[in-house]
This record gives sequence, structure tokens and C-alpha cells, in this order.
Amino acid sequence: MWRFLEYLLIAGYIVVLLVVSHWIGDQAYSWMPVEATAEAQKVDRLFSFLTAIGAFIILGLLGMMVYSVLFFRAPKNDYSEGHPSRGDLRLEFLWTVTPTLLVLWLAFQSFNIYQQLDILGLQQIVHLHTPLEEPVYAELSDDQPKPAAETIDVFVKQWDWSFRYPNNITSNELHLPVNRRTRLNLHAKDVLHSFYVPEFRLQQYIVPGRDIDIVVTPTRMGEYQLKDALFSGTYFALMTAKVQIESFEQYNQWLTTAENQTIAWENQAVAEYKQPPKTLFKSNWYTVVPEQPAIAEKRKVRNDT
Amino acid sequence: MTHESSENIIINREPSNELENNWRQYLSFSTDHKVIGVQYMVTTFIFFLIGGLLAMLIRAELITPPSNVVDRPLYNGLFTLHGTIMIFLWIIPFNAGISNYLVPLMVGARDMAFPLLNAISFWMIPPSGILLISSFLLPNGTAQSGWWSYPPISLQIPPGQPINGEFIWIVSIVLIGISSIMGAVNFVTTIFWMRAPGMTFFRMPVFVWSVLSAQLLQLVNLPSLTGALILLLFDLSLGTQFFKPLENGDPIIYQHLFWFYSHPAVYIMALPAFGIFAEVLPAFSRNPLFGYRSLAIASLGIAIVSIFVWVHHMFTSATPSWMRMLFMVTSMLVAVPTGVKAFGWTATIWKSKLHLETPMLFAMGGAAMFLLGGVTGVMLAAVPFDIHVHNTYFIVGHFHYIVFNTITMAIFAAIYFWFPKITGRMYAEGWGKIHFWLTFIGANLTFFPMLPLGLQGMVRRISSYEPRYQGWNIVASLGGFLLGVSILPFIANMVGSCLYGQRASNNPWLATGLEWQTTSPPPRDNFEEIPVVKRPPYDYGDPKYSVIEPPDYHQQENHSR
Repeated sequence: MWRFLEYLLIAGYIVVLLVVSHWIGDQAYSWMPVEATAEAQKVDRLFSFLTAIGAFIILGLLGMMVYSVLFFRAPKNDYSEGHPSRGDLRLEFLWTVTPTLLVLWLAFQSFNIYQQLDILGLQQIVHLHTPLEEPVYAELSDDQPKPAAETIDVFVKQWDWSFRYPNNITSNELHLPVNRRTRLNLHAKDVLHSFYVPEFRLQQYIVPGRDIDIVVTPTRMGEYQLKDALFSGTYFALMTAKVQIESFEQYNQWLTTAENQTIAWENQAVAEYKQPPKTLFKSNWYTVVPEQPAIAEKRKVRNDT
Repeated sequence: MTHESSENIIINREPSNELENNWRQYLSFSTDHKVIGVQYMVTTFIFFLIGGLLAMLIRAELITPPSNVVDRPLYNGLFTLHGTIMIFLWIIPFNAGISNYLVPLMVGARDMAFPLLNAISFWMIPPSGILLISSFLLPNGTAQSGWWSYPPISLQIPPGQPINGEFIWIVSIVLIGISSIMGAVNFVTTIFWMRAPGMTFFRMPVFVWSVLSAQLLQLVNLPSLTGALILLLFDLSLGTQFFKPLENGDPIIYQHLFWFYSHPAVYIMALPAFGIFAEVLPAFSRNPLFGYRSLAIASLGIAIVSIFVWVHHMFTSATPSWMRMLFMVTSMLVAVPTGVKAFGWTATIWKSKLHLETPMLFAMGGAAMFLLGGVTGVMLAAVPFDIHVHNTYFIVGHFHYIVFNTITMAIFAAIYFWFPKITGRMYAEGWGKIHFWLTFIGANLTFFPMLPLGLQGMVRRISSYEPRYQGWNIVASLGGFLLGVSILPFIANMVGSCLYGQRASNNPWLATGLEWQTTSPPPRDNFEEIPVVKRPPYDYGDPKYSVIEPPDYHQQENHSR
């Protein structure tokens, strides 16, 4: 009788857990920044799914621990054994096989979503320098460039982003037309950097000497911030740039305006280097001196930086 | 309160004669594994305090959005040294210390296999640590490129300064690495060859299994880091071009070599913590460790799988799709043996008789927090999600849930649990509980806010940030300061109890395990006579609480049947 009640209680707890973890999974969407690309929605769906499963496991085991603390306290000076069981092969088999299947399922889901992301213009990854191997690599690679409507070059250096558009306009703002697949060719000049716009759910390291492309499809107009996510030295925190997603007409209009006007271009790192903020402790340790971007003075650039 | 009845406790509030007489041995080049163990633990705890102070400075900077406490190069030095100290001078060598103390006792050996090598391993730690921290005194300060020291940023050094922070950093870490490799040789040899008669592999405590697994990982993976750092040093000082991208070098190769060690390093740190849970939870729940064999094998399983997961640190790092997918699966698979452990711990305390003394509080708190650290770890293995939160505070939060909320909590559980064995005195339970609650609350206040901050896109290692992130940062900073304060009752308790604590009996927790069968503290050679082991570990519920059998054990056993 007691055993039956116990099973009933556990079954009830599992049902409650399922409901609560599903609810937490739904809440997870609101923990993320707004979704500004088609890919972001898919990542958020995966995150919600992972959160729901994670919440089920955490709350399940935490619940057992808290229940134990509340109800399995030993009477004073009672050092006898609680339960004599040293193990249970069936149970141990179950809790080995179930997580195995679960992680394979998670991996499958993640793989599916990854395939749908379609962000992978990512190419030229593994350098195989021997001539014999190169054709093999080219044939086998699944990271072929994906087609895109627009192509924008992204240049990054310590501590400055710049973008070159199809009409050779260069700016320190990233303008993207909404609902159009845009290829970003990423180039780093000095050290490693990482292209990261949280609303895009996208991050990609940029390695000097390598051509790395990514393809994004912005879906939500608005202003966002591009960040350098990989530590790049003294003024790393200032490595941001404005990202503007706008209609194709506005985008074209901006390109025309930018071609005809000089846009004020302030490099935050240069400004701070010239006038450091007041801090309680000052080390005055060595830093690489940030350069005013050369391309800022020249509106049109034909060659790579 | 201890498990032993009060009349068994010898009340003695006079200073300990042994300590007074013997404190000098801790400053000597002793080859006794117990002295070396204490040397490791005390030394690394001092480094932990220094690393913690640096963390509080970082949190002070981050309490407001602009850069206003330390200038940016100093901030970069602070987080570089904080990470380096906490990993290479706190958790890894502390684990070496507690393992040093316990492994020979637990397997019934008189000492480690190579006592002299053992002493040399330890004595490389203090100079390496002092060297590393002394780099704050250099004209251009410490290394500033993070504890990963990724090139080419780590190669950007002040011109005309051959001895610079990065140089010191590399030399220190290489020395600490050599110390760890020597330690690993010693541990693996000791566990394989120095076990007492009857101490079969499946009679070894899970802690020993964990140490064996962790130290095998050190042997397999650490040379990769050492090699990478030596090449980095050549690039830095000798003008070679292994990792310089603009001169035909490849910085991504460094990342592979670095993470080939530094991911398993998380398990090198975590496995002994899991072992500590496996010792403390049964002792205070009075139950046998549930699924002992599964948990023992899971230790090796974690070690083996973790060798094949390093690329998950590089999903955004110019990594091709096939590699992303392959390492996504292997990284997720780590959840299986770690899950086995978490289920085993929970089943051990289920329907048990819990005694919530300080070691148990820390062990249960650490095991509970591991759930959050582990689940966020599986999330990070999923490539599409990792691509979003990589290098954000989500990673920092996840990582600290593992290294502080799980591992450091386990370390505190271990210190309280084996304190009577090591010092021969009891700690003050009330102070221990205050320490636990301050730590538990402080740690969650500090590290939980990092998860939502990361999801919102706050990048790690920035010294100023957008005002929209300030709310969670204030919580994290206040939590960090509380965590700093939480250490004070611990220090007071340890020092006071060492000198004036109640005398402890040999087995105050009525625990199984060979270490509890000898005196507290143990004699020079650990045991009067090498014990013969004939019973399974974790034999709780048996009135003798012992794994050593009297000579007529078989007769008694047959009789009882």
C-alpha cells in the first residue's frame, strides 16, 4: 500500500515537473535579446528546448535532495544504515541508457537546427598546404560559400571596425538590407577578433590571413550593436560598431548619401588613448597604440586594408 | 557536533603540542606525503586568497558601466592573473595536495611511490607562483592576454623589454606543468603498485578512482599545453613564427594544443571533487555509496570521453562543420558518466539518515550546484546555442558554477571532513555552518547573474559595458564581496581549531575507509601495521565501520551466515 502511494507520489511529481519545465522552456525565449535574423528564431527554439530538458533534470534531482533534507534526517545519535541497497543494476542501466539516448536526441536536434541555420558561408577553414591534398579538401568540404544577394567586406583591427560596401563606400557603420541574404567577408588585420551581434545569435572568429565568410539574413529592422567577442587587447571593451537593419530602399539611399557626404568617424579607442578616463588605480602599463583609421580619411578604397 | 558521542571526545583546549613541536616540518623539505599534502593545501590556499582579491577588484570595476576603478591594461592583467592563479595555483595544486595526503592512506601505503619526487613537485609550486605574481612589479606589468594566452595578442609585448609579463607567465605555467606531470607519475604509480593487500581496484574508494582518472589525464594531455607554451615562448622571445598569422604561422593550432589540455583540465579539477562527494555523502547519510562500481567506472569514463571534446571551445574559431558536429556529440556524451555520478549521489542520500554537519552541507550544496553547471555545459555543447553565447558571461557563469560552486565547495567539504584526521582536532561546527551559508548564498549571487547577462550578450573580459547590463552586475558584485567576506569565518575557524579545537578521535565521523583506521593525525608511516583489506568500501550500517578485518574475520563471517 505504502509502496503504491510512493509510486503515485513520484508519478505526480514527474507530471508537475513536466508542466513546470515546459513552462520554464517557454519563458526562455524572453531571456534572449530580440530576434533580428531568421536564424535567431531557430537558435531560440533550441535554447527553449534545452532549457526545458535542463529544468526537468535540475528540478527533479534538486527536488529529491530537498525532500531528503526535509524528511530523511537522522534522529540524534542514530548512525544506523538508512537503506541497505548498494546498487540496483536495472536502475543503473536505466540512468546510463536514458541520458545516452537523451544526449543523442539533443545532438540530433542541434544538428538539425544547425543545418537550417544557413549561416555557413564559412569557408576556407583548414589550410592543407600540400598540393596533393588540396583537391581532396575542395571536393570534400561542406563549407562551400552559400549564394547571397549582397556582399559586404568587414575589416577589423585593434580597435576599430570598418565595412566596405558594393559601391566601394567605406563606413564604420554596418548597414544591412532586411530580408536579403548578405555575405560578410571577414578580414582581420592584426590579432584575432570575433564578429558578434547578440540579436543575430551569431559569432565568428576572424583570423588574420584567412578568408572567412558568413551569410546572414536580417529579418527585423532596427539598430543593433556589433561587438568584438574575443578579447583583443587594451581597448577591447570599446570594440563596438553600429548595425543598422533597414529596408532595401533605405539601404540603397544610405549608400548614395554616404558616397556623397563625409561621415564623422570617431574612433573610441583613439579618443580614450588621448584622454584616458579617471580611474582609482592607474598602472600606465604598455599598450598597443590605437591608430586613427586610415580609410576614414579616404571615402573610397579599392584595395584590401 | 560529530558522530562520536561526546564522551569519546577528549576535551583539550590547550595549544596542540604536536603542532607547536612540528610546525617547522611544514617549512622543511619533507618527503612525508602528509606533510607535503599540507604544504600544498596551505600554499595554494594563500594563492586562492590572492586570486580572490583580484576577483573582487574585477567585480569592483564592473559594479558600474564605465571604466573607473582600474585602468584598462591593469584590468586585463587582473583577469589574466585571476584565472591563471585560480586554475594553476589553486584548484589543480590543491587537489594534488589533498590527494597527496589521502591517497597513500586510502590505499594502505606507507608513502607515495617516489617521496623525493613528490617533495620536488611541491617545491616547484611556491617559486612558480611567486614568480607569476611578482610580474605585477614589472614596469609594464603582468601578462594581459587572458589565461588562454591566445596568440597573436599574447605576442604583443613592450618593445625592448625581453623580460615581460607574458614571458614570466609562460615560464611560470611551464614550471607548474612540469610539477603536475611529476605529481601525476607519482600518483598513478602509487595507486597501481602501492595498494595494501586485499585493496583490489574495486575496493578502492571512489576518491582514489577519481584521482587515478584525473592524473592519467594529466599524463596524456598536459604535455600538449607544455609544448604549446614552449613554442609560444619561442615566438615571443626567439622570433620564430609558429603561431604568427601574418608570417605563415597558425594561431588556430595553438588553440587546438591549448584546449587539448585545458578542457580535460576542467575534469582534472572536477574529478577529485566528485571523489570527495563520493566520500562525504555516504558518511553523512549512513548509506553505502549507491552504485559504487558504476561511479568508479564513470570516473574513468569521464576521463576517456573528455580527451575528445576540446574543439567545443573552438566552435566559433574558424572550425569546419564536420568538426563542429563531431565534437558536439562527444561533448554531449560527457553528460552520461557525469549524469551517472549525479544520480548515484542522489540515490545515496535517498531514504538515508542524514547528518547535516558542515562537510555534508558543502558536499550537498556542491552536488546541487553541479546540476546547474552540468546542464549549462550540455547546452554549450549544442553548436547553434554555443555560437550565440560563446565568449559571453554565460560561459563565465557556467564555468564558475563548475569551478567554484562545485569544485571549491567540494574542497571546503574535504577540508572540514578530513580536518580532524589531519590536525587531530575538531573544527568549530557553528563557524563552519556560517561559512557554508555565506559561501552558498554569495556564490549563487555572484555567478547566477552571469547566465542572464551572457544570454543578453554581455561579452566577457570587458572593463566597461552598456548601462542596460548594470542591474545583474550589481548583484554579481555584491555577491562577490559577500563571497570574499565568507572566507573570514573559515580562516578563523581553521586557525583557532588547529590550536585550540577539541581533540578528535581516530574516526569522528564513523566513516569507512583506511584513513580512518589510523590515528589522528596519522604516524609517520601511516599505519602501525599495513592493513589487510577484505571487505567492500562504503560498508555503512556495519557496526564496525571498518574495512580492516580482524584476523578471524572469515570465521566470524561464516559463523554469522
